[in-house]
Amino acid sequence: MAQLNLVQAVNDALRSEMQLDDRLVILGEDVGVDGGVFRATEGLLKQFGPRRVLDTPLSEVGIVGSSIGMAAYGLHPVVEVQFSGFLPPAFDQIVSHAARIRWRSRGRYHLPLVVRAPYGGGIRSPEHHSESPEAFYAHVGGLKVVIPSTPADAKGLLIAAIRDPDPVIFLEPKHIYRAFRQEVPEGEYILPLGRAQIAQEGDDLSLFAWGAMTQIALAAAEELDQAGISAEVVDLRTISPLDAETIVASVRKTGRALIVHEAPRQGGVGAEVAALINDKALMSLQAPVLRVAGFDTIMPLLQLEDYYLPDAGRVVRAARRLMTY
Amino acid sequence: MVKSSKTRTGSRKPVAKPAGNNRQDHLWSLGPPVEILRPDGRTVAKEEPDIAADDLLKMYRWMVNGRVFDERALKLQRQGRLGTYAPLSGQEAAQVGSAYALEQRDWLFPSFREHLALAVRGQSWSGILLYHGGSEEGGRVPEGINNFTPSIPIATQILHAVGVAWAAKLRGDPIVTLVYFGDGGTSEGDFHEGMNFAGVFQTPTIFFCQNNQYAISLPRARQTRAETLAQKAIAYGFEGVQVDGNDLLAVYQTTRQAMEKARQGGGPTLIEALTYRLGPHTTADDPTRYRQDEELQHWQERDPLIRMRLYLERRGDWDEARETALWEEAKADIAQSVTAYEQAPARDVEEIFKYTYAEMPWNLQEQLADLRAYLQESGGQLPE
Repeated sequence: MAQLNLVQAVNDALRSEMQLDDRLVILGEDVGVDGGVFRATEGLLKQFGPRRVLDTPLSEVGIVGSSIGMAAYGLHPVVEVQFSGFLPPAFDQIVSHAARIRWRSRGRYHLPLVVRAPYGGGIRSPEHHSESPEAFYAHVGGLKVVIPSTPADAKGLLIAAIRDPDPVIFLEPKHIYRAFRQEVPEGEYILPLGRAQIAQEGDDLSLFAWGAMTQIALAAAEELDQAGISAEVVDLRTISPLDAETIVASVRKTGRALIVHEAPRQGGVGAEVAALINDKALMSLQAPVLRVAGFDTIMPLLQLEDYYLPDAGRVVRAARRLMTY
Repeated sequence: MVKSSKTRTGSRKPVAKPAGNNRQDHLWSLGPPVEILRPDGRTVAKEEPDIAADDLLKMYRWMVNGRVFDERALKLQRQGRLGTYAPLSGQEAAQVGSAYALEQRDWLFPSFREHLALAVRGQSWSGILLYHGGSEEGGRVPEGINNFTPSIPIATQILHAVGVAWAAKLRGDPIVTLVYFGDGGTSEGDFHEGMNFAGVFQTPTIFFCQNNQYAISLPRARQTRAETLAQKAIAYGFEGVQVDGNDLLAVYQTTRQAMEKARQGGGPTLIEALTYRLGPHTTADDPTRYRQDEELQHWQERDPLIRMRLYLERRGDWDEARETALWEEAKADIAQSVTAYEQAPARDVEEIFKYTYAEMPWNLQEQLADLRAYLQESGGQLPE
């Protein structure tokens, strides 16, 4: 097994699947010669040639729209959009068409399509380069939304997303693209979509997180542990559909739930998780479900972004409120 | 001297010339609109167009069927037996001439007014009624017919046609895609982004613009300052052509030429078919608010069906008796389709959920079960 960081694991997943599946094509801006702005597609043009790795004109609508046709024809396009902040022009194609082609054609056509986009804050970049848009896509039937938080998960989940017969929005936490390395299994390595992962077991409260926030939750759990509070960390991994079983089982065990995400709190996926707990585990709760999230504002620029992004301190503070409720 | 010869024979890669100016002089002007038939059914040129008599009759039959269907569908909507419907009368030549020109292996991408084009390619009239009657089953294209599903957001389907053509080109499959849109669609970004991709990747795509002069109420002159819509192809590095869209033969031949060019690797073509929507935009529209009777009359005199009938009569292929028989036959066929539509099997609420994903996730299963329980509690249907 190789020691890889998250962006290398993405590259490894793409390379591995391209070797096995000659219908897999990659398209996007600067994905070929340049290897992608984050180097996620590094070396793929050289290895697989210009009929498999397609540098496109600068148009997110063009990239996503034409990939819908490609997928309907039977190719397996994996689209890269350079930053999730540039997805909005393609929102119409994703929501009005990608999500609906199976439904509209009663299964005659379906779209084995993956839209990859780095997302989230913390890398000191300009406006539109730091947002967390997962809730927009989780709201749409016909789409799946997947967010890995470790290199191995990135590989296993991306391969599962590529093999999924329906469109998957695959959001990559770019803040931790190169944060740490991990053993990543070689070759075919698949993790099923729709399954959360217990990142750390605990008894007193459940911390639910995804993407870069999983690391924040783990850091908070460590701090809490020193104070004698045992926190369970659940990495959701798939945002739509949610893994209700794992979420509910964790709350039934701990009786307390805290959801951590970077996206604005209002209408965020945290609200959905809280409602799910309310539906299925209300009688297990010893305290209200809390959220630590981004503010209901615009994502600030780099000077103030650390005040916006949840950190371990804010998570610990909320956890203490839960424990003393 | 020594220095320059060393450069030429050395191991250094040759420096590519800057590609800032791809001059394509041959594309820089448009010819006049392609015409074969005059409104009185006479040919513009002396020689007859090279189209088999059998094809002429089949295409005319389709045009009449389309007109009969359109009038019947409008009536059904007025009687409350059909949902919102976008009529096509006046655009029969544009739709039949283009759809008939394609081969079965080619792919066709409709917007929401191309009922006749879909039928020419083999979709049933009853299925088309089902779609407008509010059943998703109407979007089910039978296997073997390479029609895509209707696309309502304007111009969004253009990129799907480019994507299929691009994929086929990458796979080495010699197919062509044809995508319909209107004059209004050329103002959308998706049109320009699709045209640009098609030009860059030389996809075998026919962009078929039915310029029916209005986008709901807005006249063509207000969509763009450009003199023609066809000329927009020039900016993307490929051919644009105007054609008399009420001239079946001109539409058919122009589409055939674009199709053959695309199949041989010659890339995309934009065809602007000049036509006119004789009816309202949809059944929810009142065209008297934005256009004059004289204008309508002008175009009624250029009705594509009349032109084709006169041509067939002049050729000696047609007479009053055959004309009457054709209309009667078409009315009977459409009546049968209406019956089939109205006798379609009852729907089940599972169909709301079923085709969202390949496999139904837990939340959809839960919602379906809850809906079923509610319906059971209320006696099998929604309470009054």
